Amino acid sequence: MIPPAAERPETSSSTRTSSGSYSAWRLLIEGLRGQRGWSRAWAKATARPHYRVVIVGGGGHGLATAFYLAHHFGIRDVAVLEKGPIGLGNVGRNTTIIRSNYFHPDNIRFYEFSLQLWEGLEQALNFNAMVSQRGTLNLFHSEAQRDLFTRRANQMRLLGVDAVALSREELQRRVPLVDLDNGRYPVLGGFLQPRGGTVRHDAVAWGYARAAAAAGVDIIEHCEVRGMRLAGGRVTGVETPRGFIGADTVCLAVAGHSSHLAALAGLTLPIETHVLQAFVTEAIKPVIDVVLTYGAGHFYISQSDKGGLVFGGAIDGYNTYAQRGTLPMAEEVAAAAVTLLPGLARVKVLRQWGGVMDMTMDGSPLICKTPVGGLILNGGWCYGGFKAIPAGGFTTAHLIARGTPHPLAAHLDLERFAAGRTVDERGVGPHPYLH
Amino acid sequence: MLRISCPWCGERDETEFRYRGDASRARPAPESGVTAFVAYVYERDNRRGWHLEWWLHVGGCRQLLKVLRHTLTHEVRWIGGAGEAPPAPEDAP
Repeated sequence: MIPPAAERPETSSSTRTSSGSYSAWRLLIEGLRGQRGWSRAWAKATARPHYRVVIVGGGGHGLATAFYLAHHFGIRDVAVLEKGPIGLGNVGRNTTIIRSNYFHPDNIRFYEFSLQLWEGLEQALNFNAMVSQRGTLNLFHSEAQRDLFTRRANQMRLLGVDAVALSREELQRRVPLVDLDNGRYPVLGGFLQPRGGTVRHDAVAWGYARAAAAAGVDIIEHCEVRGMRLAGGRVTGVETPRGFIGADTVCLAVAGHSSHLAALAGLTLPIETHVLQAFVTEAIKPVIDVVLTYGAGHFYISQSDKGGLVFGGAIDGYNTYAQRGTLPMAEEVAAAAVTLLPGLARVKVLRQWGGVMDMTMDGSPLICKTPVGGLILNGGWCYGGFKAIPAGGFTTAHLIARGTPHPLAAHLDLERFAAGRTVDERGVGPHPYLH
Repeated sequence: MLRISCPWCGERDETEFRYRGDASRARPAPESGVTAFVAYVYERDNRRGWHLEWWLHVGGCRQLLKVLRHTLTHEVRWIGGAGEAPPAPEDAP
């Protein structure tokens, strides 16, 4: 399924961290010693005047790119510049879902690569990211949707990815809370990807940050990039409140803000910025043990280990950089929630928040060189960036280190729009608000 | 909730409208070449600030409106018909 020639990262961590190795044994020892032996997970760095690689954006993709650059490709002269603190951007704002149930073969291969990296991530980072392969279950509500989902599942199985059809009887046992006989949208069946699931998103940011810092990467917080210096069509560095930082290669990993950062280098991207909301309810006893998606509306839900139900829907639908949602979409998501799961009608929503997304013209991301020399782009993640963090980071690091695209991400270039080979999973054309 | 003052129907909730994207792009002349058309179809300024955009009043008069809205504050400064243009901005982005 994954081409054997595709370069992949090592599965175990060999770098020493300043915080020592984390293990059950260490937890026991520290417990006996009154928890006094723990030190900071990663060291705060101060910016040096020049780096071989500067990564703009300390989110999931930026930190993962830095980690793989240092750990796999041996490039340790790397800085990650983050405008705020690590972990407060989209890497900590999503609904934590991982899966590789796509239709387009290029998408299946790329996201399956990512899912395989998730499966070995905790060993690679020596960090408990709470990877939970509880399964991703997509419900269908019409004959046409059954055909569509069957076609997708067959495509996945042809490429060696797991997909299982579930009957109504199996659904009754598996998700008893679902209103299978809903008068308007009865559930006809579902497709399960057993290896899909959730990952603790904050742990992903911290795990990559710790492992990247241990491998020699400088992570610099509160360092917003406000300008880019160019010479002879090449980028030479970035302007920050802490002064100019020179770089041979600058990588943008700032999904949501790719357009105005690329504009600093004079580029216009095939991207619109939109907001996606997420919601968490009060903690209740375990009721949903899979990631469940509704087929008659845009709605997905899972239950966190704390007991809160984590759910979301579609983007609000118009250009915005405001990291908050508006009420019409909150109402639509809540309506889908109680249509699918009427038993939740009296559960209280505890928190709601929004994150801004790079919505591209075909709904697929960008991992590519740009017309500006030395400027690499990792962005355009629409609202699927979280699950792609390991593969996105690894393939971006490959592009920076080797100078050529990783075979699994070669189709995610900027030229695909002019060349007419867009990767449009939903088939809706160049309308970002519909992807 | 956005409130959009339709020139034909008056002030209505955003739920009566459908967003149709950036209204500042002009279709190139037929012989402008591939690059110009790729830019027209795919590239967007994606402004963080004042943004001229199409809204279709599907739940009302079904007119296509041009709206000048701020993408950080959601403030609406100007609304007109499809053939109109907003007054020149004082603080062009």
